[in-house]
Amino acid sequence: MNGSRRRAVVMGTSAGGLQALRTILPVLPQDYPLPILVVQHLAACAPGWDPAWFAGQCALSIQAEMDKAPIRPGRIYFAPPDYHLLVEPNETVSLSIDPKVNHSRPSIDVLFETAADVYREGLIGVLLTGASQDGTQGLLKILHRGGTTLVQDPTTAEAPLMPRFAIAVGAATQVLSLEAIAQTLKEWGAVTHE
Amino acid sequence: MDVPVEIEDLEIRLLLETMLLRYGYDFRQYTSASLKRRLLQCLTACDITHISDAIPKIIHDRSFLDQLIYAMSVTVTECFRDPPFYRLLRQKVMPVLATYPFINIWHAGCATGEEVYSMAILLQEEGLYHRARIFATDINNKSLHQAKEGIYTVKNMEEYANNYRATGGPGTLADYYHAKYDLARMSASLKENMVFAAHNLATDGVFSETHLILCRNVLIYFNNDLKNRALKLFDDSLVPGGFLCLGTKESLQFTDVADHFVPLSQELRIYQKRVPR
Repeated sequence: MNGSRRRAVVMGTSAGGLQALRTILPVLPQDYPLPILVVQHLAACAPGWDPAWFAGQCALSIQAEMDKAPIRPGRIYFAPPDYHLLVEPNETVSLSIDPKVNHSRPSIDVLFETAADVYREGLIGVLLTGASQDGTQGLLKILHRGGTTLVQDPTTAEAPLMPRFAIAVGAATQVLSLEAIAQTLKEWGAVTHE
Repeated sequence: MDVPVEIEDLEIRLLLETMLLRYGYDFRQYTSASLKRRLLQCLTACDITHISDAIPKIIHDRSFLDQLIYAMSVTVTECFRDPPFYRLLRQKVMPVLATYPFINIWHAGCATGEEVYSMAILLQEEGLYHRARIFATDINNKSLHQAKEGIYTVKNMEEYANNYRATGGPGTLADYYHAKYDLARMSASLKENMVFAAHNLATDGVFSETHLILCRNVLIYFNNDLKNRALKLFDDSLVPGGFLCLGTKESLQFTDVADHFVPLSQELRIYQKRVPR
């Protein structure tokens, strides 16, 4: 695929996600050319889950006001607890309090599916550790619209169920360790730059 | 599933135009991602494969339209949602409302009414309900009907009891409903000064001269133009010094009325309309 067409990264994780995000996000450089939208399940929001931590550790900036915020390169958008995070066709984010999907609000599928409709072949979907089935339908939609999907290697995941479930239905373009996912995202960003 | 995005979007546009031209319901300025999800869910449940297949059904079958509107506009709500918000209402807003001889409250987008009853409880506990009137409006007639009935499940009420406690309420939530089997009927005394009415923030006008407006988690479903339209209605409707309460992720920042208000609490999204000097 032509790297210059990559336009956005969506990331979903549940149990064990905090540590996984701490491994990936600080690796990305300040001039990273893609926006990153993240759903982290509330259930996994153990004490210590605080987007402010990422502000201190990441070169990328964290979006504060979320409602209808324009999606900008090099910025991280975290779904607020108890709200779904969606991508609008005019490349802004929107929030909803629609019913839970896969017992979750925010739901990974909701983010992935709406982002797939907007970014299509330019979307990279990343599914990390978790003990849920959320995210698989979203990854399939991303593939269906021509995008690329990276799934954490279940043998390296704190909670292997979520990645395992996605891999079993063929929703993964590549299966990688956290470190490899971070490197891949970094390299693809560098290619997008050129 | 194999329909390209462009075709889906075309079908949705035609469907929304049909709803507007045939019945006057205007959903064109709703945020499109969640609207599309809701629409597709509803149509799948009705065994309709292509979005455009719903168009003739909308034109000829009013009950189908009602079903669609319900699916597109119903929102999830609960009693005393966001307890810190209600605690601040109790501590900072109620004392100001107490200075008015008569209190008008507009609850815009009240959905199934859980928060309307929460407000009535708050007013009763502060000794203000006898001189207050709550105008509770929604676009969704089915939700309004449920709100008016005031019947919820005991299971949900037991969950809301924690919310109530966290607001600093002096009693228990169970003081305000009668449980029978698994249903809870809200006390008749809470309904005394409630008025339920259909109102569409996209097409209707100013409601009444109000002292407090609650519109929480409604504007997240509107695009910026419609959000500004609704905020202008609220601005026109509020007395100087009146309060506007939004959802915890909604903001006046970057809106047309941003200068007309000062935050009482930016975190809890309670704003006070400026008093002209």
